[in-house]
Amino acid sequence: MEFREALDSGKFLITAEIGPAKGTETAVILEDAELIKGKVDAINVTDLQSSVMRLGSMAVCHLLKDRGIDPILQMTCRDRNMLALQSDLLSAWVLGVRNVLALTGDHPTLGDHPQAMPVFDLDSVGLLKTIGRLNEGYDMVGNQLKGAPNFFPGAVVNPGADTQAALELQLIKMEKKIEAGAKFFQTQGIYDLDLFEKFMKRIEGFKTTVMGGIILLKSAGMARFMNKNVAGVFVPEPLIKEMETTKDKAKTSIEIAARLVKGMKDLCQGVHIMAIGLEKRIPMVLEEAGL
Amino acid sequence: MIIAELKPFQEIKDMLKDYRKILILGCGACVTVCMSGGEKQVELLALAIRMARKLEGNDISVIEQTLLRQCDPGFIDRIKDEASQVEAVLSMGCGAGVQGIVEKLDNMPVLPALNTRFIGIADREGNFSEKCMACGNCILAKTGGICPVSRCAKSLVNGPCGGAQGGLCEASKDNPCVWQLIYARLEKLNMLHLLKEMSNTRIWPVHPQKLAMEEAGSIKE
Repeated sequence: MEFREALDSGKFLITAEIGPAKGTETAVILEDAELIKGKVDAINVTDLQSSVMRLGSMAVCHLLKDRGIDPILQMTCRDRNMLALQSDLLSAWVLGVRNVLALTGDHPTLGDHPQAMPVFDLDSVGLLKTIGRLNEGYDMVGNQLKGAPNFFPGAVVNPGADTQAALELQLIKMEKKIEAGAKFFQTQGIYDLDLFEKFMKRIEGFKTTVMGGIILLKSAGMARFMNKNVAGVFVPEPLIKEMETTKDKAKTSIEIAARLVKGMKDLCQGVHIMAIGLEKRIPMVLEEAGL
Repeated sequence: MIIAELKPFQEIKDMLKDYRKILILGCGACVTVCMSGGEKQVELLALAIRMARKLEGNDISVIEQTLLRQCDPGFIDRIKDEASQVEAVLSMGCGAGVQGIVEKLDNMPVLPALNTRFIGIADREGNFSEKCMACGNCILAKTGGICPVSRCAKSLVNGPCGGAQGGLCEASKDNPCVWQLIYARLEKLNMLHLLKEMSNTRIWPVHPQKLAMEEAGSIKE
């Protein structure tokens, strides 16, 4: 079942995320992908995450497709102008990619080529509108295509925006993304279900599909690092303590993630698991959560 | 105004190493206001160059002059006499000023003493910040008079990226997220509804751009 069908079926959705390596090595991510195949509805492949130069999302999505996995192509506006964005979308379609997650993208200064030109010819809203135009058989300036794609577009939202203005702006932009054609949302990592519940109440009227983001914890140190450095991620102190005092970090990390998955079942339409190198634990998290 | 800063002194010295007679040319416009290329800076730079060359045992003769504006050909004609007495001109104007001089002095090397940085204003004395990128399609009416094109690191026009932490930009913690400033201002003006309008893609101008004066100020349909 493709991701779009899974979404239409109304089942609780599960997606995971893999990040290509820096180089041509693909064995590890493909092994991880095989391991979670059949347990998830789709796998996101990141697009030079954190602005670090790596193997591209499109090629890895194609490899996943060949292995019977429905990929979600993450596409940022950071590195390509409007010509390249549209051309890469057409190329991705030809290579079997059906789902696209439209993102603005991190600024190059955060990555390993801080001197690179930040392109941002389009923003995430403009990219979603462009995907819609391509689906209708036209490029973004109105020229007719010879053969059109039929992408299933999605977007992201950050429920943990840390100031009132930032949260209101997220909500306004989320509505724009829906208007521009986003059919599903994957969120930034969530650790506080009460806050997430409040967020979901705020967007009740949006009538869209939201998949709560879950980042697997490696250690208390990682949690503190994210609290300090990752926008929108807040790991509450009791969870940090739990990771700090446990004798078995892997087990506790799985338990925490599973609790979050269970909690989200009543709040939103699915989960999106970002394991960041711990992909082999995803099946255990799902099992622990009873999925 | 255009904000510029003096190049590192070593770079300026290297540019001048083959010359023994130069004219340092200041500009009375933007770079005088931002204190990088006005009359006073011409005097200081001339002094530093003379001293450095004297110490090297390789004296240099420096004429000092400051034009009202280097970007206006009418003023540049006034330095033709001085220019005829030197081997090179060191311009303390912005990048446009340097080229204004180049267009009037066809047989003379014209060198830049400044790095031109941005269009901005003074926050307080001696501190400047970027406010405009000359994008050619001003949207300030929709954003509470605060420009996201020049003041958002990603020039986003439909709201912020979500990377801000504690109201600060992900690309540089020295800068506030401009979208949060826009939000606060529109809230005060009771105009938050403007944020819901979908903004279009920016249109990139083809460089170099030209504009005729009768076009610049004429009221168009």
